[in-house]
Amino acid sequence: MTVNPSGWRPSTPTNERDETHTVTGNRALMLEEPLIFEIGNTEQTGVDFAEVPQRATRLGGLERNREIGLPGLSEPETVRHYTRLSRQNYAIDLGLFPLGSCTMKHNPRLNEKVARMPGFADLHPLQPQETVQGALQVINELAFWLLALTGMDSVAMSPKAGAHGELCGLLCIRAALEARGDKREVVLVPESAHGTNPATAAFAGYRVENIPANAAGRVDLEALKARLGPDVAAVMITNPNTCGLFEPDMKAISDSVHAAGAFVYCDGANFNAIVGKVRPGDLGIDAMHINLHKTFSTPHGGGGPGSGPVVLSQALAPFGPLPFVAKYADGTYKIVEEENAAEEHPNAFGRMVAFHGQMGMFTRALAYILSHGADGLKQVAEDSVLNANYILRRLADVLDAPFAASGPCMHEAIFSDKGFADDVNTLDLAKALIDEGFHPMTMYFPLVVHGAMLVEPTETESKASLDQFIEAVRSIARRAKAGDPSLKAAPIYAPRRRLDETLAARNPVLVYREPPTAQAAE
Amino acid sequence: MRYLPLSDADRSEMLRMIGAGSIEELFRDVPEKARLTGPIHGLPMHASEMAVERHMTALSRKNMAASDVPFFLGCGAYKHHIPASVDHIIQRGEFLTSYTPYQPEIAQGTLQMMFEFQTQVARLFGCEIANASMYDGSTAMWEAILMAHRITRRNKTVISSGVHPHYVNVAKTLAQFSEDALATAPPELSAEPDTERLIGKIGAETSAVVVQYPDILGRIIDLTLIAEAAHAAGALLIAVVTEPVALGLLKSPGEMGADIVVGEGQSIGVGLQFGGPYVGLFACREKHVRQMPGRLAGETVDAKGKRGFVLTLSTREQHIRREKATSNICTSSVLCALAFTAHLTLLGEKGLRQLAQLNHARACETADRLATIQGVELVNESFFNEFTLKLPVEARPAVHALVEKGVLGGVSLGRLYPGVDALQSGLVVAVTETATAEDIAAFESALKEVVQ
Repeated sequence: MTVNPSGWRPSTPTNERDETHTVTGNRALMLEEPLIFEIGNTEQTGVDFAEVPQRATRLGGLERNREIGLPGLSEPETVRHYTRLSRQNYAIDLGLFPLGSCTMKHNPRLNEKVARMPGFADLHPLQPQETVQGALQVINELAFWLLALTGMDSVAMSPKAGAHGELCGLLCIRAALEARGDKREVVLVPESAHGTNPATAAFAGYRVENIPANAAGRVDLEALKARLGPDVAAVMITNPNTCGLFEPDMKAISDSVHAAGAFVYCDGANFNAIVGKVRPGDLGIDAMHINLHKTFSTPHGGGGPGSGPVVLSQALAPFGPLPFVAKYADGTYKIVEEENAAEEHPNAFGRMVAFHGQMGMFTRALAYILSHGADGLKQVAEDSVLNANYILRRLADVLDAPFAASGPCMHEAIFSDKGFADDVNTLDLAKALIDEGFHPMTMYFPLVVHGAMLVEPTETESKASLDQFIEAVRSIARRAKAGDPSLKAAPIYAPRRRLDETLAARNPVLVYREPPTAQAAE
Repeated sequence: MRYLPLSDADRSEMLRMIGAGSIEELFRDVPEKARLTGPIHGLPMHASEMAVERHMTALSRKNMAASDVPFFLGCGAYKHHIPASVDHIIQRGEFLTSYTPYQPEIAQGTLQMMFEFQTQVARLFGCEIANASMYDGSTAMWEAILMAHRITRRNKTVISSGVHPHYVNVAKTLAQFSEDALATAPPELSAEPDTERLIGKIGAETSAVVVQYPDILGRIIDLTLIAEAAHAAGALLIAVVTEPVALGLLKSPGEMGADIVVGEGQSIGVGLQFGGPYVGLFACREKHVRQMPGRLAGETVDAKGKRGFVLTLSTREQHIRREKATSNICTSSVLCALAFTAHLTLLGEKGLRQLAQLNHARACETADRLATIQGVELVNESFFNEFTLKLPVEARPAVHALVEKGVLGGVSLGRLYPGVDALQSGLVVAVTETATAEDIAAFESALKEVVQ
C-alpha cells in the first residue's frame, strides 16, 4: 500500500480559477486545515511540566531509544486546529439530522454538566465500594427506570453499545438453552434487520438464516412459523421495524417462538417511537438492548461512545453478565462481581467488559429521564411519531412511500427512488440535501426497499424546521424526477465535493507518512 | 417540557394536515391491549433543570472523588491531569452531536481527526496501521484474539499470567461461544514473570500469545523472545497496553515484534469515569488490514482533487457484510478517541516523554518510601508508574482501613483474584503526576498504621 506522497495540499484546482479562488485555499469562514503532522513538531508542546529530578530508571532495560514521531502543538494552535476541524462537521446542534434508525435528537447540556461532576467523573472503577455508593445508586436508579419503561425483569447494564448489547442478549439466550441441555444452532433474522443482528448472531457462534418481509413491510408470520423448529435458538426482531412500522403480530410472533422452545430478541434501536407508550415485556420479548445514545439522548460523538443496557425476561435474568449492582435492605449498594458471584448470581454467563459499563452515559441518561419523567417520555414517543407522519404525508405526493397506503408510520418514514429519472439515484438526492443545509437521511437501508430513504426527524424538531426540510426535499425530488443533471455535482457548497470512496478502498492510506524530503529530489 | 419544541397548537395543526383525528390514531398498529393509556404508574413526572441537577449533585456527593484524597489506584485505569482545552474541544457541538461520518462531505472534521488518531496510535504502538477505536481495552483484546484466529486459522491462545484478570475474563466469556481455547493462569508475586513457562506453552496449534506490557503487577518485560518463539511456531504476538503513557519512555511493543497491539486509551485525555466510556486502541500490520475489526478512516480526493477522508474498507463491517463481517462492532468510541488525540497533540513527543518521566520518578520515590515500612516488600524490580507491594497483612481489608484514614491506597489483588491465596497480600499501587509530596507522605503514614 502506498505512502502518501503529497503532504498538505492547499489544493486549489489548477485548471479552474473561478471566483472562489484564494491564495490560502480558504473561503471566508470555510477554513482549510492541515494535519497535525504537517503543522506540529516533536519539540513543540502545549503542556507545562515540573522539572523531573534526574535519577536511575527501573524500566527493565527497555528504555525507548528512537523517536515515536508524535507532533505537538501549543495550546492556541491545538484549540484552533480542532475548532477548525469541528466546523467541517454537520451536527444536531446545527440542524435537522434525520438519519433513520439513529435517533439523532437534541443532546441536553444538563447531561454534560452532570456527567462532569467530580463525584461521577473522577471515580476509579476499582475504588472500594463504600466510596462509590452514589455512583452505584445512579446505576440502580437508571436500571429501575429502564425496567419500568420496558416491563421486563432484570437489566444488564454493562454492554458498551447496541451491538454489544445484542451480543449480551444472545449470550444470555445461549446460556439459558445450555442450562436446559438444549443445543440449538440457528438464529432467524428478518431481511430488513440492521447489519449488526446477523453479525452478532455469527459472533455468538450461531448460523444465521433470513426470514422474509411481507408486502406490508412486516415480518411474514407464516414464513416465520414454518421455519421454527428444534434447531432455532432465537429470533431477532426489530420493533418498530426498520421500515418504520410497528409489528402488529409481535405477541403472536413471541408466542410461536416460545412454543417452539426458542427466545425472542428485540433490537431496541427504535425504542424512541414507543417509550412510555408500549412495554416490550407485554409483547413477550425475552431480551432487548436499549441504545442510551438514541432514545435517552446521550451524544453520538461522531460514532460513539454508546451504551447498550439489555433488559431481560424472567427466563433469562439468571444468566445475565457480571458485574452488576445489587441493592440491599439496609439501603446500601454492592457490586456483584467474580468474588461474590457464586452466592449472588451463580449462573452468570461471564463478563463482557473490564469494568461497569458506560458510567458517563448512565449519568447523562438518568438526567434526561428525570427531566422528562413518565409524562414527558410518553410525549417524546408521541411527538416523534407525529413528526415522522407529518413528513410522510407531506412528501408522499412527490416521493414514493411504499407503505404509506397501509397506514401511519411510527417514528420514521420510508421512501423509495421509484419515479426518479433513470440516471438519478438516492445518493444524488442525499447529496443535494447537503447543499440545502441538511444532513441526509439514511440511504439504501433497509435493503427491502429499492433506493431506500429512511427519515427519522425525532421529537426535538420544531414544525418550522420540518417545514423547511420538507420544502427542500420536495424541490430536490422534483429535480430527481425531471432528471436534472446538476444533481450529480452536489454537494457544491460543502467543505468537500463528492469524495472518491473507490480510490480510498482500492489504495488504502490509513496513516500519515511524511513525504520524501525535497532535497532528495534535487 | 423544555426539550420538546412542538406546541399544542402545532400538534393539532399537524394532526389535521395528516388527516388523523388524534395521536392515538397514529399508534393504531399497536394492539390496543399493549397500549398504555397514560404515563406509567408510580413513576415521577417531568422535572425542572434545577431539580434534576440538585438530585444528581446529591448523588455525586455520596462518592469519594479521586481528586479529593491521596489517590493511588491503577490496574487498567489511571488518573492523569487533563488539560482544560481537551474538554472544551470534545464539547464542541460539531463533534459532540454529530453521527458516524457516513456523509464524508460534511464530516471531514471527524474523519480527519480519526485519521490523525490512527496515525498517533500506530506510531505510539510501533505498528504500521491502527483503527479508529474500539469500546475499551478488554474488548479490543478479545477482538485481537479473534483476528489472530482468522489469520492463522488456529484457535488456541496462550495468555500470559500478567494480563489484567478482567480482560482475561472477557476473553474467557466469549471464548465459550467461539470455540477458542485459552490457556491462562494467575500471576505469582515475584519480580519476574515466568517468560520461559509462557514460551513453553506455545505449540504448533497456537494462534496467538497475549502479553500485557507493563503487566498487571506493573512489571516490564522484553517481548522480543516471546515474539520470536510465537513466530517460530507460526503464531502471532498480541501485546496489551493498559497505560499508554508508559510508551513515552518504553520501547513500543511493535518494535519488539508484536503483530497486534491493543490497549486502553483512557489514561490520555479520557479520565476515570468509573470505568467508562473508555477508548479501545487497536493497531496491527498493514498486511492484516482486511482481517481487522472496527472503523477505518482513509485518505482520498474529492471530485475537484482536494484531499479528503472517508470511512473505508467497510466491506469488513457488519452494515455491508452482515453475518460475514470481521466483527459485529458498529458504534465505537470516537469522542473518547478525540479526547485522546487532542491530549496527545497538546503533549506531543516532548510532553509525553516529560509526563512519562514525571510518572516514573514519582513512582520510584513512592515505592522506595513504602518499602521502608516494616514488613512491606516491593515485589517489582522493573516498573513504570505502578508496582506491587507484598503486605504483612491481607491487602483487601487494608484497602478499606486506608479509606478510613482518607486514602485511596491502591487495588488489592484479592479483589482481582478472589480465591487465589498466594495473592491476598498483594497491593498494586499506581503513582502518577497527580500525586503530590503531601499525598505520598499521607499514604506512607496511613499504610504504616494499617499494617502494624
